[in-house]
Amino acid sequence: MADKIFRVNMTDLSTSIEDVPADWAGHGGRGLTSNIVAAEVPPTCHPLGPKNKLVFAPGLLSGTTASNSGRISAGAKSPLTGTIKESNSGGTSAQRLAKIGCKALIIEGQPQDDSWYSISLKPGEVTISKEEELIGKGNFAVVEAAEKRFNGKVGVLSIGQAGEMQMTGANISVKDPDSHVRSLGRGGLGAVMGSKKIKFIALDAEGGKVDIADVEAFKAANKVFTKALVDHPVSQALGTYGSNVLVNIINEAGGLPTKNFSSGQFEGHEQISGETMHDLIVERGGKPKHGCHAGCVIQCSQIYNDLKGKYKTSGMEYESIWAMGADCTVDNLDQIAEMDSIMDDIGIDSIETAVAFGVAMEAGVLDFGDSGEMIRIMTEEIAKGTALGRVIGNGAGSVGRTYGVTRVPVVKNQAIPAYDPRSIKGIGITYATSTQGADHTMGYTIATEILGVGGTADPLSKEGMVELSRGLQIATAAIDSTGMCLFIAFAALDDGACLPALIDMLNARFGISLTAEDVTNLGMSILKTEHAFNKAAGFTNLDDRLPEFFETEPVPPHNAVWDFTGEEIDTFWNF
Amino acid sequence: MKVQVKLFAFFREGRFIKDDKELPDGITAGQVVDDLNIKREEVGVLMLNSRHCKFETVLQEGDIYAIFPVIGGG
Ligand code: SF4
Repeated sequence: MADKIFRVNMTDLSTSIEDVPADWAGHGGRGLTSNIVAAEVPPTCHPLGPKNKLVFAPGLLSGTTASNSGRISAGAKSPLTGTIKESNSGGTSAQRLAKIGCKALIIEGQPQDDSWYSISLKPGEVTISKEEELIGKGNFAVVEAAEKRFNGKVGVLSIGQAGEMQMTGANISVKDPDSHVRSLGRGGLGAVMGSKKIKFIALDAEGGKVDIADVEAFKAANKVFTKALVDHPVSQALGTYGSNVLVNIINEAGGLPTKNFSSGQFEGHEQISGETMHDLIVERGGKPKHGCHAGCVIQCSQIYNDLKGKYKTSGMEYESIWAMGADCTVDNLDQIAEMDSIMDDIGIDSIETAVAFGVAMEAGVLDFGDSGEMIRIMTEEIAKGTALGRVIGNGAGSVGRTYGVTRVPVVKNQAIPAYDPRSIKGIGITYATSTQGADHTMGYTIATEILGVGGTADPLSKEGMVELSRGLQIATAAIDSTGMCLFIAFAALDDGACLPALIDMLNARFGISLTAEDVTNLGMSILKTEHAFNKAAGFTNLDDRLPEFFETEPVPPHNAVWDFTGEEIDTFWNF
Repeated sequence: MKVQVKLFAFFREGRFIKDDKELPDGITAGQVVDDLNIKREEVGVLMLNSRHCKFETVLQEGDIYAIFPVIGGG
């Protein structure tokens, strides 16, 4: 069936299913959410008010058999950063939306009373219902209830208590194939969903399917693409150790931000490393290898069991483990897994929140390494919305402002993730210039600077870093539109067959004839659209800067500082 | 001379995590890899004292030398 735009207006509780405007036809995932937000959201609006819109879009290839194509994008004006935002995640929702025939779901307006709602989608149908039972509950209870009310296969997008309370660290949870959750993590999109009084969205794809223009060509291209992914050694390491394989190498390079970004190496790195995690998982009968959606052939996710061999959590990423671990100096994976599970349930971004804890530790609110107190604050303060809970739940910038801390690692008020920009300089350009606040996934220069994938670059030198980040940010914007997991990029950077096969799949799916140049142009146009939104929202080049302490506090072991001038950073936008 | 050699990911299997080795003067990073029966094409990253190095780099007394397979994440 032809893809449609599903629209829900929460002010008058009306719905519509519309034809896709010609301008949006070639877009999917991030390209589509950003274009819709840019076209329909006033850049100066309050992110939690009725004029903001929350948009969900599956990638262009989601719902097909293309390997690793099940990523969903969510977009809005971010209440955390004030910029445009696209957050993406695995789970089953992208595939369900695509099969329902929904190219994008746009949620606008705001209820005028205190009632809560849920939304459900089926092929050709979208319904708003009142919700009472699940208000105040965590994501795990929501997923369980939604499966009972609909069916076990239903896709679920939901918010926990943090989203209901509109905390700017709140995320949106996405049900995975095992009824656990993944997260649309960054930028506080859970607060936007909460501001629209939507507790969850159920996606029932029964009877739906995705049309492919040229089935044979699609199959052939997918075969080549899948082989490129499976054969690449990075994919194999990701399947064994997860993304957490990075702890030891980033530590060795002196770029693992430790104790609220006061050092680049963590004494307890081995205890929280991917190698240790792999051994613990195997010992306790968990699964080191697991996919966040059906069709992933890399499987960087995992099932982590507790000491007694009982399920504890899944899908622990390097960034989450780093943030709770090195940044808060917690060297115990079981404690980290416990916190990961609590944050999944409350529905709060594990990067933003753990970095916020690091700043709170610096302020003396709790001691570094005190994971017991972190757990208490999560369950008794954040989940219940006490004053302290809200200060931390609103992110690292909020904690810094509240307690007068100057070492606050944020760009555009979003927490800097797991790579210190003083000792790994290219990633600092990505943090500074990204259209969405500090976010490593926007242009993952680490591949080249540290991992030697797609060439090499000295991480301590400024040479060529602006160009490196620019090229990767353009490519990433395009990949984020396809529904592909970003981890295909390692194969794409090294294996010449990978990207052409991806383009062949796009062409076979839609009966079009894109070239590699078209794909690069798509990436550039997405970045420019997002940048224009931010400028209209009041951002200038002076916002593309890192916090001052990176320039003044040398970070061991290299004792490096951030030494890019503003003029150098600003050349990023010369394209 | 004394050099600390560190291995990561599956290079540890059947070998070691960390070993203080007595090595002959003038030995290169690549020779240590060969002596450990690690295939050079499986090597992703070599670091000497937290800086990237090459197979040809000559090791010095007191160096900390880390050998990684091809890995990635994010
Ligand atoms: S590689 Fe990891 S993040 Fe990517 S699709 Fe697979 S499980 Fe999900």
